[in-house]
Amino acid sequence: MRAILIRDLRLSFRAGGGFGLALVFFLILIVLTPFAVGNDPVVLSKVSIGVIWIGALLACLLSLDRLFAHDFEDGTLEALVVSPLPLEMVVLIKVIVHWLTTGLPLAVLAPIFGAMLGLPAQAGLMIAVTLSIGTLGLSAIGGFGSALTVGVKRGGLLLSLLVLPMYVPTLIFGAMAARQTASGGDPTIALTILGAITLTGIATLPFVAAMVLRMNVR
Amino acid sequence: MSIWEYANPKRFMGWSGTVLPWFAVLAAGLLTTGLVWGFFFTPNDFRQGSTVKIIYLHVPSAWIAINAYLMMFVCSLIWLIRRHHVSALAAKAAAPVGLAMTLIALATGALWGKPMWGTYWVWDPRLTSFLILALFYIGYIGLWSAIEDRDTAADLTSVLAMVGAVFALLSRYAVLFWNQGLHQGTTVTIADGAQQENISTVFFVPLLLSMGGFTLLFVTLVLLGTRSEVMERRLAVLRKKAQIL
Repeated sequence: MRAILIRDLRLSFRAGGGFGLALVFFLILIVLTPFAVGNDPVVLSKVSIGVIWIGALLACLLSLDRLFAHDFEDGTLEALVVSPLPLEMVVLIKVIVHWLTTGLPLAVLAPIFGAMLGLPAQAGLMIAVTLSIGTLGLSAIGGFGSALTVGVKRGGLLLSLLVLPMYVPTLIFGAMAARQTASGGDPTIALTILGAITLTGIATLPFVAAMVLRMNVR
Repeated sequence: MSIWEYANPKRFMGWSGTVLPWFAVLAAGLLTTGLVWGFFFTPNDFRQGSTVKIIYLHVPSAWIAINAYLMMFVCSLIWLIRRHHVSALAAKAAAPVGLAMTLIALATGALWGKPMWGTYWVWDPRLTSFLILALFYIGYIGLWSAIEDRDTAADLTSVLAMVGAVFALLSRYAVLFWNQGLHQGTTVTIADGAQQENISTVFFVPLLLSMGGFTLLFVTLVLLGTRSEVMERRLAVLRKKAQIL
């Protein structure tokens, strides 16, 4: 299991793995925002949380289609399915690797990008917290979507169509917690529900994704 | 004789062929009665004027939009557990109908909203959940058409319907947190209708007829769709045989 973790981490860090791609995409989105909505600091600071959350969401989506696709194409996935390792565990590891290489770095950098958009300082920490919790849930949901479309050629668009509606609850509560902190409110409720969604997702969806993968390689 | 025997494709084709014309005629009859009665023979509402009449399209289509998903959920569950092919095909046939009903509900709601709320669209919880429901339908249909192997497609879409149902419910309640609504609550309560009259009988009877008509229309369309799916599969088998010979 540790071998898979290390292998997947290595694969994603090296060329063509997609690490860094998501971050650069995120940065470009932040750079483009002032051009689109104008450089008025008041407006920018109002939309900053929304833009950061949407950016993180799309950046997560960007590398999802290769979560299982490469392993499916070169036959590694079949080997993993018949191996004595529980497939659910393999899925969980892949989801966690996806989060470590996209969600977590995004969350760490988000306060800096937020400051560039005039995000109030007290919300900077909160957006990092909500993003790091939320993107783990997004990775779990994305793992399920990626397992569904693994057999589809050029399934990237279909994958986004399937996964984005399921991102809605996470987005609502994640952005809500950050917004409430920015306006001086108490984010506890939104933060608790966000955590509940992520925990439920990470506990149940690997099982569903493993089931779906078995259907696909059958 | 168990109820499952009706799901045998041959038997299904038999009984669905006989009941289909009856359902179609009944659906057409109920729909015409309900809609004509509703549009031309009910008084205008004292505040809403004639715009109230769009309710005869709006409420039934919304009701089918939600129940179509429920039906897909049950059919997918039956396919996953008992592997009745007709069940999976019925779920497939219900999706486009459900999508159409969702869009009708959204469109009629928007048309009604302009004179009443002063805007075609607001980000109200009910409206937003319906939009998300439409996205789920589109994704479901997309997954069906993207996968070539029929049984795998049935398996995967069934799982999607299960997980999608959970997320649809979750979104339904999540948007309540996000925004308090402009849309009114449920007025058509059939169960406790005796205790309080939310809606005047003059409007209620044609509305019930119209809802019955939409339900039968849904059943007719799903039966029709399922039958053509079964036929298409038989055709594919015949083609394969012809190639071998």
